[in-house]
Amino acid sequence: MVLNNIEQLLEKYENGETTLKEEQQLKNYFSQETVAPHLEMYKPMFAYFKVNQEEQFTKTLPLKTKRNFNYKWLSVAAVAVLMIGFYFKSNNQNDLGTYEDPELAYNEVVKSLAMISNQFNKGTSTISYLNEINKGTSALGYLNEFENSKNLIFKPVNQ
Amino acid sequence: MTQTEFLNIVMPFKDKVFRLAKRLLVSTEEAEDATQEVLIKLWNNKSKFEAYKNIEAFSMTMTKNFCLDKLKSKQAQNLKIVHSNYQDHNTSLQKEVEQRDSLDWVGKIIEDLPEQQKMVIQLRDIEQYELDEICKMLDMNNTAVRVALSRARKTIREKLTNTHSYGIK
Repeated sequence: MVLNNIEQLLEKYENGETTLKEEQQLKNYFSQETVAPHLEMYKPMFAYFKVNQEEQFTKTLPLKTKRNFNYKWLSVAAVAVLMIGFYFKSNNQNDLGTYEDPELAYNEVVKSLAMISNQFNKGTSTISYLNEINKGTSALGYLNEFENSKNLIFKPVNQ
Repeated sequence: MTQTEFLNIVMPFKDKVFRLAKRLLVSTEEAEDATQEVLIKLWNNKSKFEAYKNIEAFSMTMTKNFCLDKLKSKQAQNLKIVHSNYQDHNTSLQKEVEQRDSLDWVGKIIEDLPEQQKMVIQLRDIEQYELDEICKMLDMNNTAVRVALSRARKTIREKLTNTHSYGIK
């Protein structure tokens, strides 16, 4: 009875009409040790299918993740660095120290002001050379006298 | 999508891709290269994964096209792919040798089938896909798949019967 069933299934199988379940039934039957002698030739076929199901892909996959650098974060980092820099810098400048004794403070102020005026005078003394230029220009004033007398002789064209 | 997520999607069917490739290209190395190629293509297009309804079927179609292209270019170059992956497992048992031998016969018979029948046999009898899925993967209609399957099975059976009863090719 079982054999009859298998033969029917085989016919359907060859016409490509079996379902997966029926095919599984066939596979189970032919994986047995003993098979009806006239169906012996099917055995290697189903055995082959079974063996081939187990073959595996063993090669490793070189999957590369493309890391695209985000320039937004670069600007954020730059801003952070700048802010840290300013913070430390302003901290250092604020702390110059103070004088407790007013007289000492006064003396220091006078000293520093004297230094400023001293340096200032040095600067102005170099400018004194400019007086020479003034002298030169006043000498050129004589040219006006010449112009006046020339106008007396020749009548200016534009008038 | 991270690598792990991708691998989780791909793992279940990567062997199937490999076996289909091997069925078509015969050589294991060629099949490995093809599988790698197909999977890397998938990885590079992973952003479009949502658009595909069935990634497995899509990959199988990709594999099919890739391998057929490869075969075409090989034919054009007049290069023959030779099956040379014989392994020695030292099985001294006569029975086992015979068994292996008859399995090799089946392999050789399938190798001689036309490409389309090869693929149909591979997808149906080895990978056990439903007919509808095979139709989608191979871009064929239902009847054509059925006919190809029937022809392939009959050819294998006939050739096996010959070898079995006469012991000749």
